[in-house]
Amino acid sequence: MSANPKPKFAMYWAASCGGCEIAVLNIHEKILDVDASFDVVFWPVAMDAKYKDVEAMEDGSILLTLFNGGIRNEENEHIAKLLRKKTKILVAFGSCANEGCIPGLANLGDSREIVHTAFNTISTDNPHEIYPMTSYDVPEGEIHIPRILPILKTLDQVVDVDYYMPGCPPESHQIAAVIDLVIQVLQGKAELPPKGSVIGAGNSTVCDECQRTRNIKSIKSFTRIWAIAQDPALCLLEQGIPCNGPATRSGCDARCPTAGAQCIGCYGPAEGVVDYGARLISSFASVIDSNDPAEIDQILDGIVDPAGQFYRFNLAGSLLKAGVPAWKKEQA
Amino acid sequence: MTQRITIDPITRLEGHGKIEIFLDDRGDVANTYFQIPELRGFERFCVGRPVEEMPLLTNRICGVCPEAHHMAAAKAADAVYHVDPPPTAKMLRELLYSAFYVTDHATHFYALGGPDFVMGPDAPVAERNILGVIHKVGLEIGGKVIQARKAGHTVIEMIGGRKVHPCTSIPGGLTKGITEEQRKEIEELGRWAVEFGQFSLKLFDDIVLANKAYVDLIVGDIYTHHTYYMGMVDGNNKVNFYDGKVRVVDPDGKEFVKYAPEDYTQVIAEHVEPWTYLKFPYLKKVGWKGFVDGIDSGVYCATPLSRLNAADGMATPLAQAAYERFYSTLGGKPVHQRLATHWARLIELLYAAERWVELATNPEITSPNFRTIPTATPTEGIGIVEAPRGTLTHHYVTDERGVLTKVNLIVGTTNNYAPISMSIKKAASSLIKHGVIVNEGLLNMVEMAFRAYDPCFGCATHSLPGQMPLQVTVHDANGNTVETLKQNC
Repeated sequence: MSANPKPKFAMYWAASCGGCEIAVLNIHEKILDVDASFDVVFWPVAMDAKYKDVEAMEDGSILLTLFNGGIRNEENEHIAKLLRKKTKILVAFGSCANEGCIPGLANLGDSREIVHTAFNTISTDNPHEIYPMTSYDVPEGEIHIPRILPILKTLDQVVDVDYYMPGCPPESHQIAAVIDLVIQVLQGKAELPPKGSVIGAGNSTVCDECQRTRNIKSIKSFTRIWAIAQDPALCLLEQGIPCNGPATRSGCDARCPTAGAQCIGCYGPAEGVVDYGARLISSFASVIDSNDPAEIDQILDGIVDPAGQFYRFNLAGSLLKAGVPAWKKEQA
Repeated sequence: MTQRITIDPITRLEGHGKIEIFLDDRGDVANTYFQIPELRGFERFCVGRPVEEMPLLTNRICGVCPEAHHMAAAKAADAVYHVDPPPTAKMLRELLYSAFYVTDHATHFYALGGPDFVMGPDAPVAERNILGVIHKVGLEIGGKVIQARKAGHTVIEMIGGRKVHPCTSIPGGLTKGITEEQRKEIEELGRWAVEFGQFSLKLFDDIVLANKAYVDLIVGDIYTHHTYYMGMVDGNNKVNFYDGKVRVVDPDGKEFVKYAPEDYTQVIAEHVEPWTYLKFPYLKKVGWKGFVDGIDSGVYCATPLSRLNAADGMATPLAQAAYERFYSTLGGKPVHQRLATHWARLIELLYAAERWVELATNPEITSPNFRTIPTATPTEGIGIVEAPRGTLTHHYVTDERGVLTKVNLIVGTTNNYAPISMSIKKAASSLIKHGVIVNEGLLNMVEMAFRAYDPCFGCATHSLPGQMPLQVTVHDANGNTVETLKQNC
């Protein structure tokens, strides 16, 4: 240990896909700045260190932890609490930790259905209806796997969070900017934003960053992205493609609409939006060109999956949090 | 008294995993259990979603290989809509996929599996990582690795719209094409990637093959298993990552079966165990015989090594030369030594780079004809690609609106769950003997057994059992189930 030890950095994945880790690696040369400025003490994807190493650290001894992934099981919850205790600045990093992301859609259903689906698929050989058990006696002793929680939770539903960095995954240029900021803070050249701030993102909507032109403000029907020859310059929503741009936070440079794909909402609710789905419903409602209830119903039938459309990334973090069956289990 | 060693979390793999090792009275390994502690539930919660969203939703199964899920999902969605995308669309998808293979295999070799070789399995924990590799081999090589990842992601973003979680594949093709200016840049990056592929193979020669201790480790018995091998091949039985039929060879290297995607359920079944959230695929016609090697065990392996074993060669010249050298050095086909997978991975990296240039120089690649609009009623479809970590199968059934009613996924790493478990047990049994003090380096050599497979349990944990039912299974001395008691399931 040198006389002036470098501040400690950790990155952890709970229930996640690993894309946040890849996004961090995608800052390319800047990863060497992280190495120069921090002592990387815990980062399971990239280096060898075990839970016991973290448990042995002094409380508050890690300066910065980027925590990605949702809280899906007891182990995720345990590590979230452990890292909270050991960390000064805990960042909910990426959509899963912020709002549940796609795996949060599991909250729509009952866990028993999920068991039966996964362990009875067409290719599964399970005549004795065996399902995973949290503890099981093998001949040599008892072995354990963590209990799955009734609903997937966001990080701040389990521990206190200092900053929120949205995105699925956060864009690499945003990560690089945040790392630069932290390094400047360490050098006394900048100050951290107020606790609870959203960092590494914009404060408007994806539409504000989108280069597509908006002309008319109304539509007569919704369509599917595969069903029409697209005008590459015109707003996708105006072409009837259900695009989530109006409710979604900026910060990605409107990457998907620029590539001809609808915004699916991965940066979460725009600044000031209390409930993502409610905002998106009102945005869609405002472009429907009809006052006839029957016709409006017909237009809305064009949204074939309302639950997924309006809460694709945001269900676990929304006011709703879960469907009734999952919520009842959580309450029990 | 039975002694227990737990490795948790096992590091430098993408996703989560836990190894339990039980020792007997003499201090020898009695048994090992490789447990997957997490599941998320994609097969359930994707039901009800429109099928065209699957290339976006299933990306989130795995952020390390979202491109693989994006492609398998796009092909399955094409099949659901009975639509054949135009040649330019298929070439653009394969071009993106080839660039992805270069970046993904580079990430594994240099950041995940490579540190074991470059730093040595006994190196201090704090040095056995990508930063240690850069410190040891020099910033110049570190810079090349960073450049390779950057080149790959530039192409992924150009065609796929984003660096992580691409968004442009839809039923019938892509939402956009590429311009001539972009094509030129892609070609240039591809030519650099070919050089990088050659450089990486040379580095493997210099650091690994020139080191007798490492070669002995590779060809030794500790990391060797005789199993079936699976991989996708083109019409000439050459390795292909994006399209073709899936070929399986037996432990002697003879073709066992070659199947089209729609026939996968005739070939593959999945075994379940109550102590893990992940299933164990096996060859249905051979049968599940437990965690054992040999021609009578349905265990198969789907890795870079498996793909080379299952094919007759590589479709590009430099990779073909490397392929021939691989088998002549290691004593012919098939190669059963699992650590040779690291070498096979670099041969695939070179192939992917050569294919990248081939596709980027095809005159049709900039054609504006990159979509066919589907017109048929959607029904059912199966899409298969080779993910870097194994054959990836997506199977969807929809209603007449194209809303999913059934989803089945057999993902890359899952194919290798049984062989990985076997490799861990064998390595542990060989390395942990009576009287040996278990130290970090030794445990790392156990971890090396699975790291060769480049396992990705983010991928594998796509399904979620939810709240645990209780079950007690009573076995007789032969391991047959004699009674099953259940509660809440």
